Amino acid sequence: MKKVFQQPESLVDISTHYCPGCTHGIIHRLVAETMDELGIEGTTIGIAPVGCAVFAYNYFNCDMIEAAHGRAPAVATGVKRVNPDNIVFTYQGDGDLAAIGTAEIVHAAARGEKITTIFVNNAIYGMTNGQMAPTTLVGQVTETTPYGRSIENNGYPIRVCEMIATLEGAAYVERVSAHNVRSVIKAKKAIRKAFEVQIEGKGFSMVEALSTCPSNWGMSPVDSLKWLEENMMPQFPLGVFKDITK
Amino acid sequence: MSNKVLMKGNEAIAEAALQAGCRHYFGYPITPQTEIAAYMAGKMPEVGGIFLQAESEISAINMVYGAASAGSRSMTSSSSPGISLKQEGLSYIAGCELPCVIVNVMRGGPGLGGILPSQSDYFQSVKGGGHGDYRMIVLAPSSVQEMYDLTYEAFELADLYRIAVMILADGHLGQVMEPMEIRVPESRQLEPKDWAVTGTRCKRPHNIINSLLIVGEELERHNNKLQKKYAEISTNEVRYELTNCEGADVIIAAYGSVARIAKEVVRECSEKGIKVGLFRPITLWPFPSEVLRQLAEKVKGLVVVEMSAGQMLEDVKLSVDGKCAVYFHGRTGGMVPLKNDITELVEEALKQRSKI
Repeated sequence: MKKVFQQPESLVDISTHYCPGCTHGIIHRLVAETMDELGIEGTTIGIAPVGCAVFAYNYFNCDMIEAAHGRAPAVATGVKRVNPDNIVFTYQGDGDLAAIGTAEIVHAAARGEKITTIFVNNAIYGMTNGQMAPTTLVGQVTETTPYGRSIENNGYPIRVCEMIATLEGAAYVERVSAHNVRSVIKAKKAIRKAFEVQIEGKGFSMVEALSTCPSNWGMSPVDSLKWLEENMMPQFPLGVFKDITK
Repeated sequence: MSNKVLMKGNEAIAEAALQAGCRHYFGYPITPQTEIAAYMAGKMPEVGGIFLQAESEISAINMVYGAASAGSRSMTSSSSPGISLKQEGLSYIAGCELPCVIVNVMRGGPGLGGILPSQSDYFQSVKGGGHGDYRMIVLAPSSVQEMYDLTYEAFELADLYRIAVMILADGHLGQVMEPMEIRVPESRQLEPKDWAVTGTRCKRPHNIINSLLIVGEELERHNNKLQKKYAEISTNEVRYELTNCEGADVIIAAYGSVARIAKEVVRECSEKGIKVGLFRPITLWPFPSEVLRQLAEKVKGLVVVEMSAGQMLEDVKLSVDGKCAVYFHGRTGGMVPLKNDITELVEEALKQRSKI
């Protein structure tokens, strides 16, 4: 009988620590499938962040580094500059990438570092139990915005893709979502494309994946997927923001 | 025929790093060490290496973290305020046991302080400026030749022990020009870096560079392993220089550029028939405590001289453990200890009727 579905070789066969209904697992799988398909598991170095994906170094079957909070793009730069033949990716959340690590991601992109960033945006700090993130929506209730994010006190959420796309070093920037099957299939294509752009040496590539956090949003997994579609997508529209291959 | 050249201290550091096989330098401009970056920017392309000006000192140390993880001999350099920013990275580097070299050409603080020479980052360097129980090997050169020799040695020690090594110099040493010899010492037999992340080639389990150990027992085991390594380094790698210490009544303790002023005091005292010696630690960590303890038993007093408000002073007192009187003369802000002031203190120490 023909095997039509299996665990990607690039994922270690262990249980993850992610909460039920969280879409990190799907995004991990898409990255791993991409490594399998491109045959790059043996040459890839992944950089894990601080945040919910902190243990990603245990899950991806390639060589891995755990970076300090926000510093993954700088660490990736160091790795890639030593071994330009390695495929190097960072896997970062919104707090890691768009708050404490803003300088690192902007300058890695501006330099056109030949690395790929997988940016998981769930509009909240998950690992520390649900505080306001740089991508938290206006009005969104979190542990540190108990009355909802206020413009007066906290300003506005950051649209990372739109910002990175203005940089000439950025070769490919796309925002996708993991909230339904159709979106996941599109997300897979985007992630594969981002790695291909790196392999071809075209510059910095990034895929932002909108993701859910049922535990800290205080919703069921199904309601979370709906909330993402209805609330996050208007603020963070999906699409390709930069593609120099076209 | 020797390779004698006239070089600035900062350039000597950069040249030594290149000779030692450093091929990845990440930096951010700050006075008074920018010549290191400038030298690297010029020379790295010639040897097929990478010079990269980072967006911050924080990024520079994290680029070193990445390059060291990938198995390269890499380095960053800065001066006091910039080194403060690198402390997070240094703690992670210690946790992950990554070999690398960090240069601090000290200037006066606190805060933005000034750009004149200082030795006020001693605590930060030898006690661990970042979080957690960790150590770096800290080497204190006193001449341009030593800026070169100790930087070369720093890369060897870093690889030998999988540890960060800091060159702790000051603005004088960075800026002064002296004749020095470019030399390549015999290389040690070093273990291959089979822990580095270079890609599994699907032939080995994946390597992970990490300092997160969430289970208490595991983190304690890791700390115990680190402490064992630090103890081994303390046994094997203590370095110091003694001048006229045999039969001395008073010994001056000083490192770096201040040791050169102290040496001049020792010479002048010797001409006057006063028995004064110089104890110059070359490794500030591990501190040469044992030799100092032995010296303390034979002298009337120890005079500690620093370009700080008294930092090495604390390690001297700990080493001496009350066995002799300890005097201190320190200048801050980039001001330099003067020979006369040191001599006065030596004379006061000599007045001690006998050993304590």
